[in-house]
Amino acid sequence: MCLGIPGEVVEVLSDRPDLAMVDVSGVRRAINIGLLTEDPPKAGEWVLVHVGFALSKIDEAEARSALEFLESLGQAYADELAALRESRIE
Amino acid sequence: MRFVDEYRDADKARALAARIAALCEPGRQYRFMEVCGGHTHTIYKHGLEDYLPETVTLVHGPGCPVCVIPMGRVDDAVHIARQSEVILTSFGDMMRVPGGEGSFFDAKANGADIRMVYSPLDALKLARQHPDRHVVFMAIGFETTAPSTAMTVLRAAAEGITNFSVFCNHVTIIPAIKAILDSPDLRLDGFLGPGHVSTVIGARPYEFIAAEYGKPLVVAGFEPLDLLQSIYLLLKQLSEGRAEVENQYRRVVPWDGNPVALRAVAEVMELRPYFEWRGLGFISHSALRVRDTYAAFDAERRFTVPGVRVADPKSCQCGEVLKGVLKPWECKVFGTACTPETPIGTCMVSPEGACAAYYNFGRFTRSRVKEATAR
Repeated sequence: MCLGIPGEVVEVLSDRPDLAMVDVSGVRRAINIGLLTEDPPKAGEWVLVHVGFALSKIDEAEARSALEFLESLGQAYADELAALRESRIE
Repeated sequence: MRFVDEYRDADKARALAARIAALCEPGRQYRFMEVCGGHTHTIYKHGLEDYLPETVTLVHGPGCPVCVIPMGRVDDAVHIARQSEVILTSFGDMMRVPGGEGSFFDAKANGADIRMVYSPLDALKLARQHPDRHVVFMAIGFETTAPSTAMTVLRAAAEGITNFSVFCNHVTIIPAIKAILDSPDLRLDGFLGPGHVSTVIGARPYEFIAAEYGKPLVVAGFEPLDLLQSIYLLLKQLSEGRAEVENQYRRVVPWDGNPVALRAVAEVMELRPYFEWRGLGFISHSALRVRDTYAAFDAERRFTVPGVRVADPKSCQCGEVLKGVLKPWECKVFGTACTPETPIGTCMVSPEGACAAYYNFGRFTRSRVKEATAR
């Protein structure tokens, strides 16, 4: 119940500015965006959906930088393993 | 799907696990509490404990909104549902939660009109469809959910709807964390902060945990890599002698939260002087009630509720589980008398409950069985 699910805004309804069509895992539903009036989401942006409301916009730049961090960890780990394989301590 | 699959990559998880292991000081035990039930769910669904060194223990916190509702409040809601004009609406998670006189499902079987809804807005829609009935929404949840209830009340007020009210059981996370920090029977090294609560309240309210209690807290996302990265960040802080609030879930959580949501909640609700939490007892200023201005939308004022305090069944140890003192499988009735089909305690009901997470994902490994039988 407390779970939030990421969804992509497909369309903000012109006759109902507090609602947007959001695609959540392939399911399209009207979601209330009244909690995001300070920075309303546009089509193509992602939001976190919780009990019918968009709680927060998902920041793609932040998402990318977090993934880069994880990539870099993975790379460092792969490098470390490669170096270990090369090493012949005597 | 984006923003999900990327955070479930097994290679990256192994890389993080290696970093986590490298940060652990030999011989030192680490105990981190994941405050939020959503995190507990991810940990067991994805078997994250298997990626952690044995010296890192995850302690489950009180952040399961269904689990902390005391039995007496369930009875109060059932009492409201028994009024002939009432349709009681509830999130699905609440339906099996046992009260002193049975669950919502039991009451429904006995003729009460209780319906499951996905959103409080669905409850409001029912009120519009049934002008001859009164629709009550069983409002539960932490700060994540309170804004949705508040927005729905504001909407009902704006539309002049007179047959809708909420039975408000919203709770706030900070007093519960404080109660745990002040509890003498628990030693913790840090916290995984609740990600979705923080989308609303931001990361700032946790600063006292670092400043006054000297414990690090990392606001964490809900995917496996989010949690592993957050554990890594906690260990990094400890290894560098720091205790700070960090935000791992920056893609979703702004440092200052959601001001629109906070304003909506403040408009409709106010803090109760005290509220009973299952397992944690009475905690002052830890829950919300509807303000006088919106009294017409307050089920507690429209209907008299018995308000009787019901003690948990003796065999149930949800209280200890919610405080992180007991692991779910250490409870005497876990998986025997208490299962998700016939729960005795709330922790076995909600998917966010620690017992249900253990039970459903079979994380009762052989070593734990051995440990349990040795006791």
